[in-house]
Amino acid sequence: MADKTRKDATQALAGRLFDGMTIMAGGFGLCGIPEHLIAAIRDSGVKDLTVISNNCGVDGFGLGVLLETGQIRKMISSYVGENKLFAELYLSGKLELEFNPQGTLAERIRAGGAGIPAFFTKTGVGTLVAEGKEIRNFDGEDYVMERGLTADLSIVKAWKGDAEGNLIYRKTARNFNPMMATASKICVAEVEHLVMIGDLDKDNIHTPGIYVDSVLEGATFEKRIEQRTTRPVAEKAAV
Amino acid sequence: MAWTRDEMAARAASELRDGYYVNLGIGIPTLVANHIPKGMSVTLQSENGMLGMGPFPFEGEEDADLINAGKQTITELPSSSYFSSADSFAMIRGGHIDLSILGAMQVAANGDLANWMVPGKMVKGMGGAMDLVAGVKRVVVVMEHSEKSGAPKLVKACSLPLTGQKVVDLVVTDLAVFEINRGRTPVRLTALAPDVTLDEVRARTETDFDLAL
Repeated sequence: MADKTRKDATQALAGRLFDGMTIMAGGFGLCGIPEHLIAAIRDSGVKDLTVISNNCGVDGFGLGVLLETGQIRKMISSYVGENKLFAELYLSGKLELEFNPQGTLAERIRAGGAGIPAFFTKTGVGTLVAEGKEIRNFDGEDYVMERGLTADLSIVKAWKGDAEGNLIYRKTARNFNPMMATASKICVAEVEHLVMIGDLDKDNIHTPGIYVDSVLEGATFEKRIEQRTTRPVAEKAAV
Repeated sequence: MAWTRDEMAARAASELRDGYYVNLGIGIPTLVANHIPKGMSVTLQSENGMLGMGPFPFEGEEDADLINAGKQTITELPSSSYFSSADSFAMIRGGHIDLSILGAMQVAANGDLANWMVPGKMVKGMGGAMDLVAGVKRVVVVMEHSEKSGAPKLVKACSLPLTGQKVVDLVVTDLAVFEINRGRTPVRLTALAPDVTLDEVRARTETDFDLAL
């Protein structure tokens, strides 16, 4: 077994970045995003990126930092509403955008990683999303053909990982990370806890190491919260 | 008097049934969770990858790894499960979710729904809405009866780009409840908010409708 651990995000990405490349970035909103790898991509200066990610961070955090530096040429996303700079760049023609329905995006990535070049789905039939795509009728219902999606590099975030690249995600921070880990030529994973080989429960590994090329433990995670919604502690006694 | 947002949510909650798996959209639909009848077991799905959504956390107990599709901090229940977004949308697309309650910009008499895009304005994206309306067994829309401009939202045909074709089963507005049945039947008004007159509803609705009060 090769040791896939790297000292940090910069080392894990060394020699793997080039202008014009396509990168898949895990996360939903700011939840489960590879914040160290995003920072390392910013620092590398690599540009003309096509980024496949459900969202595009917020102003100043997550993928939003790569918008500030002008490194992203095109986004493939399902929702980008949290970001003022995104709107400015898009409306001034400096940023291309392809919207995919969220489930179609997830399935395109899953299919890409599983060697499936295309599939048919009901989602988007009769909408702008289906324009120019093949429609086929199965059992009396129309379906639109969507293509599998692959990339040059995936950057994902997990809770725990080991030197083999086995990964376990935590709660809703799993989201797009497992599919993205499978769908690129290279996958780099950042984890909160790098554990010893044998410490992960083999029955509960979400991403088997075969998909992961390098793994690094993040120093500290900011894990910013987008919408902090709470109940007053005073109500606790009543529960 | 028109129904308040909370009263609209309560109306929509009467669509819930024991044992249902339900996905709630952002806005008024989120309030439906506060109106689940006592003793009824309803499991809330969050399309980012969770079944069994609990209430908001107590102050100081927020977990950045535990959010709903509106990116709000939430909690888990003893019965909760987590999964990837691909698994989540397999559940949705595969018809395993019983009910989706979501907002809308326009609903047409044939069940068409528009709720993601206004041409010429910055488009934020459809998120999971197209998948939900394509895959969930029953789709209930909760929306204001008219635009702020006064323009009707229950229309003969949607002028805005569609989210789905013939997908809406029921519409709850602040004035009334309408059965749409995905366009299989004529539109029927089934409930009226207190002190709202039929004339007022007719004046503010573009599509024709039958009465089934």
